[in-house]
Amino acid sequence: MQPRLAARISSTQARSRAWGHQLRVRARRPGDFAFRVLIYAFVVVVLAVVAGIAWVLLSNSWPTIQAFGLRFLTNSAFDPIHNTYGVGPALFGTFITSAIAFVLALPLGIGTAAFLTEFCPSAFRAPLAFLVDSLAVIPSIVIGLWGFLVFAPWLQQRGEPWLQQHLGFLPFFQGTPHGVGILAAGLILTAMILPIITAIAREVMATVPVSQREALLALGATRWEVIRYAVLPYSRVGIMGGAILGLGRALGETIAVTLVIGNQAASPSLSLFQTGYTLASVIINQFGEATPGLFLSAVLETGLLLLLITLITNVLARLLIARLGRVGGGLIV
Amino acid sequence: MQQQVSLVERPLTEAAVAIRDLNAWYDQAQSLFDIHLDIVPLSVTAAIGPSGSGKSTFVRCLNRMHEEVIGARVTGSVEVEGVNIYSTGINPMNVRRHIGMVFQQPNPLPTRSIYENVAIGARINGLAKGQELDELVRRCLGQAALWDEVKDRLRAPPTQLSGGQQQRLCIARALALDPRIVLMDEPCSALDPIATLQIEDLIKQLAQRYTIVIVTHNLQQAARIADRTAFFLSGRLIEENATAELFSRPKKRQTEDFITGRFG
Amino acid sequence: MRLAEQATPPASPRSNPFQEERNGLARRRRVTNQLAVVLTGAFTVLASLFLLYLIVYVAGKGLQFINLDFFTQRPKPPGETGGGWATALQGTAVLIGLAALIGVPLGMAVGIYLSEIGRGRFASLVRFLVDTLTGIPTVIFGLFAWVLIVVPSHSFSALSAGVALGIIMVPTVARATEEMLRLVPKELREASAALGATESRTVLRVVIPAARSGIVTGIMLALARVAGETAPLLLTAFGTSFFNTSLLRPIDAIPLRIFVFTLSPYAIEQQQAFAGALVLIAFVLLTSLAIRWATGGFRVRRR
Repeated sequence: MQPRLAARISSTQARSRAWGHQLRVRARRPGDFAFRVLIYAFVVVVLAVVAGIAWVLLSNSWPTIQAFGLRFLTNSAFDPIHNTYGVGPALFGTFITSAIAFVLALPLGIGTAAFLTEFCPSAFRAPLAFLVDSLAVIPSIVIGLWGFLVFAPWLQQRGEPWLQQHLGFLPFFQGTPHGVGILAAGLILTAMILPIITAIAREVMATVPVSQREALLALGATRWEVIRYAVLPYSRVGIMGGAILGLGRALGETIAVTLVIGNQAASPSLSLFQTGYTLASVIINQFGEATPGLFLSAVLETGLLLLLITLITNVLARLLIARLGRVGGGLIV
Repeated sequence: MQQQVSLVERPLTEAAVAIRDLNAWYDQAQSLFDIHLDIVPLSVTAAIGPSGSGKSTFVRCLNRMHEEVIGARVTGSVEVEGVNIYSTGINPMNVRRHIGMVFQQPNPLPTRSIYENVAIGARINGLAKGQELDELVRRCLGQAALWDEVKDRLRAPPTQLSGGQQQRLCIARALALDPRIVLMDEPCSALDPIATLQIEDLIKQLAQRYTIVIVTHNLQQAARIADRTAFFLSGRLIEENATAELFSRPKKRQTEDFITGRFG
Repeated sequence: MRLAEQATPPASPRSNPFQEERNGLARRRRVTNQLAVVLTGAFTVLASLFLLYLIVYVAGKGLQFINLDFFTQRPKPPGETGGGWATALQGTAVLIGLAALIGVPLGMAVGIYLSEIGRGRFASLVRFLVDTLTGIPTVIFGLFAWVLIVVPSHSFSALSAGVALGIIMVPTVARATEEMLRLVPKELREASAALGATESRTVLRVVIPAARSGIVTGIMLALARVAGETAPLLLTAFGTSFFNTSLLRPIDAIPLRIFVFTLSPYAIEQQQAFAGALVLIAFVLLTSLAIRWATGGFRVRRR
């Protein structure tokens, strides 16, 4: 860069810094002082709320934490009569349904993203992408409504019997079809987290450098081989981040799952047709009955667990996505 | 195995590449006009010219990479050993399989090991497996003058390598497919002078086995390594000749102006 | 010019190296590629068709109930004709208003802080915590408001619901505000300072107005999302079939009524649930569309 230009840029930067400094220093005037106090006050309120949520959940679950400790995680039901509480089946239901959604939505999402980024004719790309993205905007109550009144009955009459007929040798597809249950919830969750995974996968795949694609093309690769050997490996960290974000969403989804999971304990089995419940659905179902004391505390401990699980998942996802900048970086030393 | 003709049986009398009436467009903008050229086999041909002259576009037309850009179009014929690679019925994929390319920015695959980077072309095209593949990788890294530097860390990621080493890795990757032609699009412009000289030496060696077409903006580089040089200006081929002739006795005014630095 | 004229033999498949190969590998690669295109295309069509199917289905079932009564009448017991969702509409409107009252100032303050004032570790902490809020299931916010307000006051209330929804809004509003404020060029702030304006005046009278449309868009987006939330409402607003007259009493809302009607044993109420869902979908989709249109359409993707 020419020396005069460099000097001009740095002097402007110096002046901007001075202005910036002055902008901060100026906060000594009374109007500014009040303004700053107000802003800080609101920020503190928000922080207090965040802390408050954690505190409220923790302190109000203390009774059951003390009473049951880790057994809370394995006890099999909310039993006010015998005053024992536990979320064993709820944990199971939460993880199974989210696992189903994860396993199904990941390939669907990557495939959709690959199609939209690489194969799709440009005329169709925007409308198709819009439709897929817009699925994320639909409130979960609507999906739950459809799931309960339309999808679950269909599953019971058509879907699950078909699965039993053709794949019944697998323990997952044995047992009585209920319609509502683990399978229904898992499939509904798949539809709900698909838009997130697709959107992030698309975002990540679009940032794969052209040079990577060209490297494969120059070796005589097919379109699919370019995706498989150049685009996907480069994007895998970001895609994983998106997938875990979707997983977090599935773990925390409340209303759609509550409507289609059956909310009844079933004797433990591998059948996907069985009904069950999740941490979130337990909260919805039990809070109304909860009497102060252990019952109330149990509901809140369930909430605490849900909070912890989703927090960890989300932080993990964001760490992965933040690492995006480092994938493939440092190529040219 | 492949029905590839081995090197010693290839006829040396034919032009390696015969370009006729080549025109190329990016959407509506035409970037190449009526290019007519023969590339001599087993030699280094340099394409020089100011930026925007179309030399990169030209080279990318030789392995049908140009058409990967949306809206790009090509007319004319490019005959490689008698076969027009643009004839209908020929899949660009098969063309690129036999014509190697090395890019301006070294672009090894960061998520694969050094070994895998060289092997991937051979793997995809089913050229070799297992021990044969090991041999192939060793040979190509040797040809690219990189073997000694990486033989102890074949499983390491290529991001460990310097720019010059990465570029040699990319050259080895291209050689693994035993291409008829190796195209190079300003392969040294992202490298330091020492790495550049190493690559230039490598190119001169490679020209004993492969036909090389190299785009360069560096006139001295062309003078150093190219047997023949083609001068492009505004999408047209102005002049093409043996390098020494072109530089000392240019036939066209524009060539002379460019070489003597009056523009570009 | 050619170096030697040769009678070129007719190109037989073997001597034409660029000819499509006939071996198994080549065929497998070709088939795999085609399969990939077809499969991923099918996935995409599946994903996009599902939305369309959902909208069409809900509209098909629900449209019959969309009439004047729907918007003006209180719910009537099943068996009686007439009846509508006016209470739910009133409730959602009130709740959106409450949520905005709480969420907008808090969210904007955080956004202003992060963009204009905050520096260093404290700002990073704030940003981290606010981002964390987005990942929390909304039922937790409902639980929070339930324990804090509903349980001590022994009453479900619009207020508790508004608080829960308002908090849910904060991260969205904060992020929108921060991003829009950051987009305002630095020169504008400098010019204002050069004219002697205080920081507060600069931010309030110059910077925010410059970012106004983007911030409003973010707020509308947040409100649309919050209007569809059900779980927090189940724990706070509880629902009712009467118009709400006090913020300290239960209140109806569209998602709540949908939930209740979905589980209702009466078919007529189940059908009405679709009407409510239709209204909700229309609301969120139209808002989302309006925002996309206002912000210049769909994102442009590289090839």
